[in-house]
Amino acid sequence: MAIESPSTQSFAHELSDGAHPASLHPSYLGVFLTFARNSLVRDMTFRSNFIIECITSLAWMGINLGYYMLVFRFAPSIGRNTGWGEYQFLVFLATTMFINSLVQAFFMPNAEEFSELIRTGRLDFALLKPIDTQFLISLNRIGWSSLSNFLFAIGLMTYSLAHFDQLPGLAQVVLYPVYIGCGVAILYSLMISLAATSVWLGRNETLYDFWFYITNFSRYPMEIYEGRIGSPLRWFFTFIVPVLVVVNIPARLLALPLEAQMWPLSLFALLAAVASLWVSRQIFRRALLSYRSASS
Amino acid sequence: MMREEPGYRTEGATGAALAVERSDWMARAATWWTILRISLEERLVYRGDFALGTLMRFLPLVTQTFFWGAIYAAKSQDGEPPTIAGYTYEEMIAYYLLTQICRAFSSMPGLASTIALQIRNGEIKKYLIQPVDLIGFLLLGRVAHKLVYYVVAAGPFALVFFLCRHFFSGWPEPSVLLAFVASLVMSFLLGFFLEATLGMIGFWFLEVSSLLFVYMLFSFFLSGHMFPIDMLPGGFGTVVRALPLQYLAYFPAAIFLGKIQGEQLVWGLLLQLGWVAVFAFLARAAFYLGVKRYSGFGG
Repeated sequence: MAIESPSTQSFAHELSDGAHPASLHPSYLGVFLTFARNSLVRDMTFRSNFIIECITSLAWMGINLGYYMLVFRFAPSIGRNTGWGEYQFLVFLATTMFINSLVQAFFMPNAEEFSELIRTGRLDFALLKPIDTQFLISLNRIGWSSLSNFLFAIGLMTYSLAHFDQLPGLAQVVLYPVYIGCGVAILYSLMISLAATSVWLGRNETLYDFWFYITNFSRYPMEIYEGRIGSPLRWFFTFIVPVLVVVNIPARLLALPLEAQMWPLSLFALLAAVASLWVSRQIFRRALLSYRSASS
Repeated sequence: MMREEPGYRTEGATGAALAVERSDWMARAATWWTILRISLEERLVYRGDFALGTLMRFLPLVTQTFFWGAIYAAKSQDGEPPTIAGYTYEEMIAYYLLTQICRAFSSMPGLASTIALQIRNGEIKKYLIQPVDLIGFLLLGRVAHKLVYYVVAAGPFALVFFLCRHFFSGWPEPSVLLAFVASLVMSFLLGFFLEATLGMIGFWFLEVSSLLFVYMLFSFFLSGHMFPIDMLPGGFGTVVRALPLQYLAYFPAAIFLGKIQGEQLVWGLLLQLGWVAVFAFLARAAFYLGVKRYSGFGG
């Protein structure tokens, strides 16, 4: 089966210029809400499984937290004079959890499914639908149980901020969600690009592993990467694969005072988010062009 | 199988019985050898995947190295190098590298879940009908798995350890090395029997995956894979040191680094052997009792 257009959006567009414009132009918000509701219905059908999933991912968060609190029994901060004391780092950790839980809830199940769709040829059905394929593929299923980590992060954030001498100002609080959004966008771009490579590689079972290893670099304040090996690493993961700005920028914004902000880097983060989305969109289109259905 | 040979006939009944016994043993050895060979060949199919996966598994260690570097830097004062729970920075990184070796011996991916799955879907019946012992069969499969893994992973491991050699202060004494190897072999057996016992729980509960997840979580945190368990404070640390989990990762690594010496080392090795025996017995017992209550239907 030959796919001419990389995106079925144009197909929908052509038709919508025709006789029935209103009925064929999809409402993206409406579709998204339907996806969300369907996923919730599905999750609630196997309720005890849902609860077990929540508990296990919370346990995992708890163990992570335990590890860092243990480390801080032995050292006052991460690095010398970096400002990352125990509570500052807990804000950092909560930020990591916010971003990861959003990515895991909205995109992770779909990226895994995407590789599977390509392998089995079921992607045909997605291509035929009169809606943007990337939108359909990326948000089809929502893992509600991953949002339990989001709640955990809210708790952790409240606990850590309560130990601050000076609470963050209005500008910081307003910008924080914006940068959380940027972080999610960068990680999403990375994930969908990785998943799209299964068009060329045939199968992509190590996707999750690879994802884990790359995002591993985003888990700590960027100051720790220094020296002969650290500085090039830091440069690479800031400017080439911008995973270092994902958590660092929003966390720094909230945890450290205004004087300690890296404003140029914060500006760069906005740019990186937009650029990542654009690049991933190109990779996705390319992948669809190379897709040869496996079903018929 | 008995082969009629003239010499045995003249020796009478005892000779014949001996011949039966001997050829029986040979047949059994041949069976085990075949099982081992099949498993070896099966494993070698994915050697490329293996080598790449092994190298990737060291990537988180890169971030750990920088993270601990920053932690030690925050602690450093003029004069002597800072220590955390008795570990210098170099020792801490060496510890993480060594636990990778320990996990290469003691981790048994998918063992318990496979046993539980075979119980649930009835595949376990074949071990009840055929003259093959389930636990022995699985053990040999794992030995083959590990052997192949070491052959393929030797390259990546050697590379990483060579690059990180400055974290080590040299080779330990031959006796320490011997104790290290002994504890690694025992950690393999302990890991195997522990997971096998967990899998046997499938005879009683149909779904054990969440139980296995809890075990995995505890094992990750308390075996010393995540950090040296010397860091754990007070009563909690005492409890963790009494658990068998530490022998899966912490104990061999601590031997190599010379953290456990003399009488303590001998006792530790004996305790580890004891735990191996306990879980070997438990796995057997659980299988025996499980089969008693198991019922299989269909073909």
